[in-house]
Amino acid sequence: MNDTIRVVCRLARRDFTLEVDLTWPDQGVTALFGPSGSGKSTLLRILAGLERPPAGRVAVRGNIWQDDAQGIFWPTHRRPIGLVFQDPALFSHLNVQDNLIYGLKRVPEASRRVPLDRAIELLGIGGLLERRVTNLSGGERQRVAIARALAVSPELLLLDEPLAALDVARKQEILPFLERLHRELTMPVVYVSHAPDEVARLADHLVVLEAGRVVAEGPLGATLARLDPPVRLGEESGVVLETVIGARDEAWQLCRADFPGGTLWIRDHGLALGQRARVRVLARDVSLALEHHPHTSIQNILPGVVNALAEDQHPANTLARVLVGETPLVARITRRSAAHLELTPGKPVWVQVKSVALIE
Amino acid sequence: MAFLRIFVALLLMGDVAHAAEVRVAVAANFSTPAQQIAAAFTAATGHKVTLSAGSTGKLYAQIKNGAPFDALLAADAETPAKLETEGVGVAGSRFVYATGRLILWSKRAGWVDDQGEVLAKGAFEHLAIADPKLAPYGAAAIEVLEKRGLLETLRPRFVQGENIAQVHPFVVSGNAELGFLALSQVMREGKITEGSAWIVPAGLHRPIHQEAILLTKGRNNPAARDWLDHLRGEMARSVMRAFGYL
Amino acid sequence: MPLDPADWQALWLTAKLATVTTLVLLVLGTPLAWWLARTRSAWKGPISALVAMPLILPPTVLGFYLLLFMGPEGWLGRFTHALGWGYLPFTFGGLVVASVIYSLPFVVQPIQNAFEVVGSVPLEAAATLRASPLDAFLTVAIPQARSGFITAAVLGFAHTVGEFGVVLMIGGNIPNATQVVSVQIYAHVEALEYTQAHGLAGGLVCFSFAILLIMNRVRRPGQRG
Repeated sequence: MNDTIRVVCRLARRDFTLEVDLTWPDQGVTALFGPSGSGKSTLLRILAGLERPPAGRVAVRGNIWQDDAQGIFWPTHRRPIGLVFQDPALFSHLNVQDNLIYGLKRVPEASRRVPLDRAIELLGIGGLLERRVTNLSGGERQRVAIARALAVSPELLLLDEPLAALDVARKQEILPFLERLHRELTMPVVYVSHAPDEVARLADHLVVLEAGRVVAEGPLGATLARLDPPVRLGEESGVVLETVIGARDEAWQLCRADFPGGTLWIRDHGLALGQRARVRVLARDVSLALEHHPHTSIQNILPGVVNALAEDQHPANTLARVLVGETPLVARITRRSAAHLELTPGKPVWVQVKSVALIE
Repeated sequence: MAFLRIFVALLLMGDVAHAAEVRVAVAANFSTPAQQIAAAFTAATGHKVTLSAGSTGKLYAQIKNGAPFDALLAADAETPAKLETEGVGVAGSRFVYATGRLILWSKRAGWVDDQGEVLAKGAFEHLAIADPKLAPYGAAAIEVLEKRGLLETLRPRFVQGENIAQVHPFVVSGNAELGFLALSQVMREGKITEGSAWIVPAGLHRPIHQEAILLTKGRNNPAARDWLDHLRGEMARSVMRAFGYL
Repeated sequence: MPLDPADWQALWLTAKLATVTTLVLLVLGTPLAWWLARTRSAWKGPISALVAMPLILPPTVLGFYLLLFMGPEGWLGRFTHALGWGYLPFTFGGLVVASVIYSLPFVVQPIQNAFEVVGSVPLEAAATLRASPLDAFLTVAIPQARSGFITAAVLGFAHTVGEFGVVLMIGGNIPNATQVVSVQIYAHVEALEYTQAHGLAGGLVCFSFAILLIMNRVRRPGQRG
């Protein structure tokens, strides 16, 4: 299997035991998502060779990085990875430029696929090269760290909560750069995070970990719409849809995002017709009705069929998955409403979407 | 009031009846004999003796700078004379209390012959001596080597201790095969306890006179004068002979 | 200055001894400090205690045992003799060995502390940037522990200059081999040559002050790194 990343391991830690057998595609961004202590960072460190679980197996694109059965273990410095830590871990004795070329000059010429200029340009750090790293802001440091990791032309980019140590403003400073990486570089990325909004924005593939075990795993949209068991995001529960801009209503500054089985009107952000757009629909912003009520302020009312019901975190609520065409949406409604409407799988309903966020 | 008077009287009586103390600075090489002599002195007189051993040069510096000693037992004759001239020693109180004997000694039994020919054979790497500038035993050793015409040949093999006490471990550990020591360092109960030795004839070097002197701090301490008298007595002399002093 | 040629020779010898000792200590002490900073072995405690021993042991005790160990009846002496190096007491090499032991904690501890402050994060970062463990050690750990190395070198040098009791025990006061400044000062004092003693001792006082001053200067900018 040359187009997958596979990790099999069992590693006992003080507060949890990481026990996984995972395979995911080696394209796009795979998010390892879970609360702290779920083992997501440990899993990333195993991929990087910074942790060595006994009797583990790590294979990336057909290369075996670790297989204790065969006595194979590639140390970190031999693995074609780039890693960005939560703490940027820049070398304080070097300036920005020397930090950037530290890894680059250790990579053979033949393996250099990301030119340094490109990494500098992607992260917008051209003006910082002569600066001492101690004089950089938190956001600048993290951008330098990302560029430094890119400059080694990794076959696999590992990001360990790169935004967790930053405040909201700094996060907003970095996220566009990460999205650019996502769009413009073809290398697979493993992104560890406990922030649903980052996952919704960046991930293509989602692995949800809890207490060292994988509880859900698959393509982002399908995984977020799963109810068996639901991915516990609390207020952030919801789905992400990959859409294409199909029409614009310039008079009202709206545009239409089309997805398989339906459309959503969203605020016009100036996207061109035919452009791809990722939108996020939170479960709390979706309500269900048995009849179509045209006299309402809600713009997006779509026909659907109840597909599944599941308990929510609070016993007063229930989560309902509704298929609009072939696309699942998730609604958070009270259990009382579900009883009054007599919702059961297979029942046709009207899906009222109060708000849609364009995230990419 | 009557009570107070009695109390004061008792205190005074107590002071008079109380044994006095003698504080003695003693050259390192004489430290062990001095302890034995002091024990006998205390048994005989009830006076307590506090001994502070050190090299004569260091003791001199301490005395000059007000160290609380009543008497000095030096390793040489020059230092007491100097103290006397400088007014720190009591004039006329100097006397030779012991005359040291120099020996050539090795830890190896049967190696050093009784004529000291081993020096001329030269089958050794190191010859340990006390620093001739600082220690009378070192100066005496140099005289012996000069008389034998070996000084310049053997000088490169010298290893020097700051004083004669320092030389002892060099030879005992075997790091120096041969060394000029004080007889008192290897003699116990009138016998040389181990190794082999040549007791250097007194004619080969000027006598190593060790002088004692009463210091000005001890001028008014009768016990200090008693101690110096005791040092001249037969009991002290027999202790010194057992350690190889003349 | 009222110094005679022997004094100048002692000064030169002392500088040479301190320099050689410091270099040897940096070479030997760095891996030891590295191991102590990183290990989780049960040996860490005993080894740390052993390294720190010269801080507590009176130098004459250390000197006395070295005299025994390095002599013809000591295991170290037999070893060096078997290698054809002879016995170490009364030689410059012997003083270097003794000084290395005596000044060990003054070099190992600052470097160990500096390595502990550097921690594992920069080294893991270096590994992800293709640096082998040795490469990362040389290009990241050592530069980042720079101020610890400066402190270690200065303390090791200064402490060796001030060494006395050990030299007294194993030196033998041989000009140009073991007659170092501290012993020379002692000899001057013993010989009542106070002027010369003052000359050398005053020089040492100025030297110590200068060293501490330089150390303060050098360490301040490095502290952040």
